[in-house]
Amino acid sequence: MPNILEIRNLHATVQGKEILKGVDLVLPAGEVHALMGPNGSGKSTLSYVLAGREGYEVTEGEILYQGRDLTQLDADARARAGLFLAFQYPVEIPGVANSVFLKAAVNAGRKARGEQELDAMDFLRKAKALLKTLDIDEKFLNRPVNVGFSGGEKKRNEIFHMAMLEPTLAVLDETDSGLDIDALKIVADGVNSLRTPGRAMLVITHYQRLLDHIVPDRIHVLADGRIVRSGGRELALELEQKGYTGLTGEQSAA
Amino acid sequence: MTSSDSFAPITPGAADSKAASAAAVRAVTEGDYKYGFVTEMGEDRAPKGLNEDIVRFISARKDEPEWMLDWRLKAYRRWLGMGDRDPKWARIHHPPIDFQDIYYYSAPKSKDDGPKSLDEIDPELLATYDKLGIPLRERELLAGVAVDAVFDSVSVATTYKAKLAELGIIFCSMSEAVREHPDLVRKYLGSVVPAADNFYACLNSAVFSDGSFVYIPKGVRCPMELSTYFRINAAQTGQFERTLIIAEPGAYVSYLEGCTAPMRDENQLHAAVVELIALEDAEIKYSTVQNWYPGDKDGKGGIYNFVTKRGACRGPRAKISWTQVETGSAITWKYPSVLLEAEGSVGEFYSVAVTNNMQQADTGTKMIHLAPNTRSTIISKGISAGRSQNTYRGLVRVAPKAANARNYTQCDSLLIGDACGGHTTPYIEVRNRTARVEHEATASKISDDQLFYCRARGLGTEDAVSLIVNGFCREVMQKLPMEFAVEAQKLLGVSLEGSVG
Ligand SMILES: Nc1ncnc2c1ncn2[C@@H]1O[C@H](COP(=O)(O)OP(=O)(O)OP(=O)(O)O)[C@@H](O)[C@H]1O
Ligand SMILES: [Mg+2]
Repeated sequence: MPNILEIRNLHATVQGKEILKGVDLVLPAGEVHALMGPNGSGKSTLSYVLAGREGYEVTEGEILYQGRDLTQLDADARARAGLFLAFQYPVEIPGVANSVFLKAAVNAGRKARGEQELDAMDFLRKAKALLKTLDIDEKFLNRPVNVGFSGGEKKRNEIFHMAMLEPTLAVLDETDSGLDIDALKIVADGVNSLRTPGRAMLVITHYQRLLDHIVPDRIHVLADGRIVRSGGRELALELEQKGYTGLTGEQSAA
Repeated sequence: MTSSDSFAPITPGAADSKAASAAAVRAVTEGDYKYGFVTEMGEDRAPKGLNEDIVRFISARKDEPEWMLDWRLKAYRRWLGMGDRDPKWARIHHPPIDFQDIYYYSAPKSKDDGPKSLDEIDPELLATYDKLGIPLRERELLAGVAVDAVFDSVSVATTYKAKLAELGIIFCSMSEAVREHPDLVRKYLGSVVPAADNFYACLNSAVFSDGSFVYIPKGVRCPMELSTYFRINAAQTGQFERTLIIAEPGAYVSYLEGCTAPMRDENQLHAAVVELIALEDAEIKYSTVQNWYPGDKDGKGGIYNFVTKRGACRGPRAKISWTQVETGSAITWKYPSVLLEAEGSVGEFYSVAVTNNMQQADTGTKMIHLAPNTRSTIISKGISAGRSQNTYRGLVRVAPKAANARNYTQCDSLLIGDACGGHTTPYIEVRNRTARVEHEATASKISDDQLFYCRARGLGTEDAVSLIVNGFCREVMQKLPMEFAVEAQKLLGVSLEGSVG
């Protein structure tokens, strides 16, 4: 299996402050990995660095996406190249209907790949079909992006975006936080439906309960800017019992 | 004098001077009647500068009847009396205009002038046409290329005109109306914007070039959107455009003015006047997309657009609605207004004003409630980028007689970057206790979070800005007729290119 993502000795700073202090992480095609770790350990920072957010500077190390140096691409080019970030805090865009926004996003990607852009009819057909499978209300299409959405609705909307964009690499930043059981299932279904041999996913979470639905191939623990433990499914159970205390420095083989 | 008084010289005669100055009198009595100079100067232009002979020349060139010439001359004398009293209260800055350094009449360009093909046109302008999706043949016309072919749109216009005529609708140029429909023109011209209403309207009244005339008979609903001959002819109305639209009782018309393609013009000063008259139960919807050349990034060149637009609701339940998307011009000075003269009449103003680079816009509206149960709505969206200045200036006046008048005003401004300015200057004068006037204002910025969210979904920065701005303006854009809306959406994006990162 080729690797979708290889992160080697990644150091990154935000406003001059080093947050990532040598992250190593390999994500092979077809796998779903979970990333856990205490608040403030740098999980979201890693997701922003991957997505190419301005102000998040790579100072050392490398990020290879499908074998290519990811840092050479701007944020929007990364997205068009198949990288997707589900935001921990999805952003509101007043006045812009979800459908308008998504159609522009989907077609930006298609255009970049040299594919025919979807017309309004095809787009709607696809969107409605997906909403149905994800059990999300069709009204989502006409509502302005995330405006007035409840916390849970915002997260569902992120999954809807992901399903529409069919990314090669998806990073989900706490998409399960604040969700009721039904919404949690939607997120899990969304992730599982994208589980194909050519794709990979990094799921950031604090909770074992998501991992019951999405059984990850591997679990990593980030603490103070480094991966301090990696392991199988049993690691999540252990963390749930013992917490993160005493993990730092106790690095196991990745 | 309070600032709102100076902003609102809306009662006839308010900006009038008591007597024409000595200079004016001299100008009238001096000078021979010299049509003759046309041969000296070449055939298509009057010499530079303004005096009574120029006014006579313009009128003669248009074959106007005596009354029209008298009207122009009277306006000219009033204008002379105003001296240098061009309005100074707006938040705009420009060097003094030398009114003697302007050509006040030039006939439409002959085919031999101007570029011969699109190859001779500024590639940047062509790129913009491309982004806006302007059809190829129209690009040639807009760019001033001499073309021999008879345009589809011209023949289409003729076909429509026949259809309109069947319904008794008159839709023609102002010059034609002066000759063919003098009774209507005499009755209504200057009845909403008096010749001496303000400095620029007065100048326009003296020297107006051409424009549109629309008359919708009683009970007729105009079956199509009327545009200034499908954008093409808009380029040929000259710098002192004059438009008059009359809707008889129960009539309805939707009129589109302007063009999304950037229009170049040698003339720096544009001073148009538009008058709308809606009688009992009539409705006029007037939509504008203004995209005159804004000048370069450093503010060199560009059009000064000083416009007086006003509608009068003269019968019960009449309705006038202004929708404007203003993206062009170096300076925009424009306050489409409604006089709510009759019981239950309705005025609306929906506006998007975009300024980028060094542009200045001072625009808004006046809603003058003069009768009971009148209602008005103002929705203004100002977007400023670059080093531009964007001011909303609005007046809501409720006269003592206007019992139960209602106004709702919402002014939102969006800033892009740190070097621009967005300003909101509302004036509210309420002289009836039963009136209810609401004003809401917001100011916001495009946030880094919003931009990054869009980019993380694959949208380039400019597309992201365009999307966010269109969302910000949605309430107004929805008011545009369909055929305009799509182009106008693209236009917002194009106007803001280069404004972020
Ligand atoms: N823009 C910023 N400026 C300064 N410090 C920042 C900035 N962004 C993040 N940090 C700091 O970086 C550290 C890591 O933050 P990050 O959001 O990546 O944590 P996290 O692991 O996602 O936490 P959580 O589980 O609470 O979501 C924190 O100490 C945070 O305060
Ligand atoms: Mg986080």
